[in-house]
Amino acid sequence: MIRFIDVQKEYDNGTKALKGVSVRIDDGEFVFLVGPSGSGKSTLIKLITAEIAPTEGRVMVNGFNLNNITPRQVPQMRRTLGVIFQDFRLIEKKSVYDNLAFAMRAIGASNRELRRRIPYVLQLVGLDQKGDRFPGQLSGGEQQRVAIARALVNNPSMIIADEPTGNLDPQRSLEIMMLLERINELGTTVLVVTHEKNLVNRFNKRVVTIENGRLISDETGGYYNVEKV
Amino acid sequence: MSRKFNTGYYVSEGVHSIFTHGFMSFAAVCMIVACLIIMGSFTLLAANLDNTLGDLESENEMLVYIDDALTQDQARMLQPTLAQVDNVSQLTFVTKENALADYKAKHNDNIAVLEDLPNEALRDRYRVHVYDIERMADTQAALEQVPGVAWVRAAIEIADGFVMVRNIATGVAMVLIGILLIISLFIIANTIKLATFYRREEIAIMKMCGATDGFIEWPFVVEGILLGLTGALIAFFAQWGLYQMVAKFAIQGNGLSLVNMISYSSMATTILAVFCGVGVFIGVVGSLFAIRKFLQV
Ligand SMILES: Nc1ncnc2c1ncn2[C@@H]1O[C@H](COP(=O)(O)OP(=O)(O)O)[C@@H](O)[C@H]1O
Ligand SMILES: [Mg+2]
Repeated sequence: MIRFIDVQKEYDNGTKALKGVSVRIDDGEFVFLVGPSGSGKSTLIKLITAEIAPTEGRVMVNGFNLNNITPRQVPQMRRTLGVIFQDFRLIEKKSVYDNLAFAMRAIGASNRELRRRIPYVLQLVGLDQKGDRFPGQLSGGEQQRVAIARALVNNPSMIIADEPTGNLDPQRSLEIMMLLERINELGTTVLVVTHEKNLVNRFNKRVVTIENGRLISDETGGYYNVEKV
Repeated sequence: MSRKFNTGYYVSEGVHSIFTHGFMSFAAVCMIVACLIIMGSFTLLAANLDNTLGDLESENEMLVYIDDALTQDQARMLQPTLAQVDNVSQLTFVTKENALADYKAKHNDNIAVLEDLPNEALRDRYRVHVYDIERMADTQAALEQVPGVAWVRAAIEIADGFVMVRNIATGVAMVLIGILLIISLFIIANTIKLATFYRREEIAIMKMCGATDGFIEWPFVVEGILLGLTGALIAFFAQWGLYQMVAKFAIQGNGLSLVNMISYSSMATTILAVFCGVGVFIGVVGSLFAIRKFLQV
């Protein structure tokens, strides 16, 4: 569950990226966060992952109050999230399997847990035959599937994807979105940032639109329509 | 998920990291070796001077001449009083007859010398040894205060000379150790900084996955400790070789055997322990410094 109450974020250089955003995402939801480039989408994501702190307002993530979270609690909070980026961020010199193992070891998983969990997740994203490949030997779409598998491997309650299809062609993009939809159907909350209008409109999901640091529409079953404002 | 302290993981990551930037690691180990040897050499020099000073303390005696007005029995009675003077370790009474006999023996009964015999040769005296040669002048003064003592002869200059050399060597050793410690720390910190730079993407992913600060930091601390310990071991053996060479040279060139060198093997355990201790200290502090400054977890 995510709750933003009147959140403002001003960067050190004076840029006001968010100018009072209130939004609530419940467990089990699938939400598109849309808006033009520079509108503050990534800033919102970084507030959720506690990479940056809000200037004003309150941020709650999966039961953690990020306004007064202790440094020791931050890793615990992050374990409830699986994060996906536009540029995949895989370790090039590690195989697909080892990329996932790396993420599990980072939170202290045993080898037995690795052997049980990784094949299941690879099969979920359709890469069960490619565990021993290296990222360089995979297509962009496949690499993003690895990144999704890595986000899922520690069994988070929420997946957060910042422009996951930004580097992919329309067909691969659609496949990635459908995979995320499937993951949501299996019970994981999903928040997807994108500015690809056509893609968003192919799904019948809740769409939160921000522009210039402000939330300008929030419609369940809505669509991406910046022009209407 | 298991929460045990994963030593195997930290060590294998630390070792792996050392070899991914082998040259920098090699340079760091070389610096630590150089620093430890320089530290070690000056400390060993100071230790040997201190040892020689100890020999000097047992050899160097003062002569306490007793007033002529006292009878020999009265002079003997002074023994307990003199023994109570601070820093006096050993006290031997020598009658003037014995002293004269010694003197004659030394000078082969040469009449001419006997004629020139200094006055004090005919006094009763005590031979006095001290515990601490540095306080010899004070002890001399204190002995002269004792009623019945005419005067005290002491070779203060030799003692002072040795004390000064020893103190300078110790001072130089201290300053050098301080400077070299700082340089070693700086080098280790830079090596670890480089290591964190090589692994910045992995670190970012670990953070994103919810790895704790400790989990991310430990492999770097282990790397620092391994570099420090490797340097310490190499330095220990290099120091050994160097010391043997100097010892051989000192024995050949030093007929007076004024400097009596301590054997390396008798100090080996201590030196190894100190080197390893310093190596680990440099490794831990250097890596923690780099982590706090550059990792920003
Ligand atoms: N670290 C930063 N320092 C200063 N300004 C920033 C920083 N990150 C983003 N911004 C600015 O904040 C605004 C919102 O950025 P961002 O949240 O990345 O937008 P979006 O992801 O919607 O494209 C932009 O004007 C951007 O230039
Ligand atoms: Mg962005």
